[in-house]
Amino acid sequence: MSLWEYANPQKFTRTASALLPYVGGLAALCLAVGLGWGFFLTPEAANFGSTVKIIYIHVPAALMAINAWLMMLVASLIWLVRRHHVSALAARAAAPIGLTMTLIALVTGAIWGEPMWGTYWAWDPRLTSFLILFLFYLGYIALWEAIENPDAAADLTSVLCLVGSVFAVLSRYAVNFWNQGLHQGASLSLDKEENVADVYYQPLLLCIAGFVLLFVALVLLRTRTEIRARRLKALIARERMG
Amino acid sequence: MMPELGKYAAAVLSSYGISLVLMIGLVVLSLMRGARVRRQLDEVEARRKADG
Repeated sequence: MSLWEYANPQKFTRTASALLPYVGGLAALCLAVGLGWGFFLTPEAANFGSTVKIIYIHVPAALMAINAWLMMLVASLIWLVRRHHVSALAARAAAPIGLTMTLIALVTGAIWGEPMWGTYWAWDPRLTSFLILFLFYLGYIALWEAIENPDAAADLTSVLCLVGSVFAVLSRYAVNFWNQGLHQGASLSLDKEENVADVYYQPLLLCIAGFVLLFVALVLLRTRTEIRARRLKALIARERMG
Repeated sequence: MMPELGKYAAAVLSSYGISLVLMIGLVVLSLMRGARVRRQLDEVEARRKADG
């Protein structure tokens, strides 16, 4: 069995339909348990007070905002190199999810920033690169909508995705590149010393798993819809011609 | 039972509220569009079959 079998729209649709109830159900379970555990059962932090509970939404959303774009980058490269329509449609399907995650990260970050930093917004490297990433998401979605020919739209949005990847990477590593700004370093790290305390770490991991699974479920669902929408458009065009 | 959130209650609750609305909204809109496209495609395919 090869991964490229899923470049067949019918095979992809069948597989997505079979997987969706399980991935969606698991996502709902992880989110309900993770967010419930984090919100109701974890203590206040000495430095953040009860605002530490925002971490269970802010960190997973920020993580998915960046990784959704990186998934779109891989799908766009597959389109550009191998011309598989499903990969271009998967990138298109992922964009509104990434946009929503970026918006959640920005809004919860601003709400969290006000009591901690005394301001909702600062032109900090990480915050600014996230705002630019948000604008790239908007531009990417608008470009898909603006171009009638689906192959031309896939080509141009793929190039935009390549350019935007610079800001997706910057959003992740801005704190490391420029050792300045208000935003603290990563909350999760392979170095255990840098991680948040265990009492917050475990529900946070569960929330991250929930966000990842929700992303996968929504990509499957929305890609299936894009495949059907493309076929619908082709059939309507054929009807009008004949 | 609601945890004690102290002076940051508004910040915590608004973060959760806005995020849940956005996430649930995304899921609902995705499901609605999926159902609409599926219905339209079924209609067109049934019409094509009927026309031979």
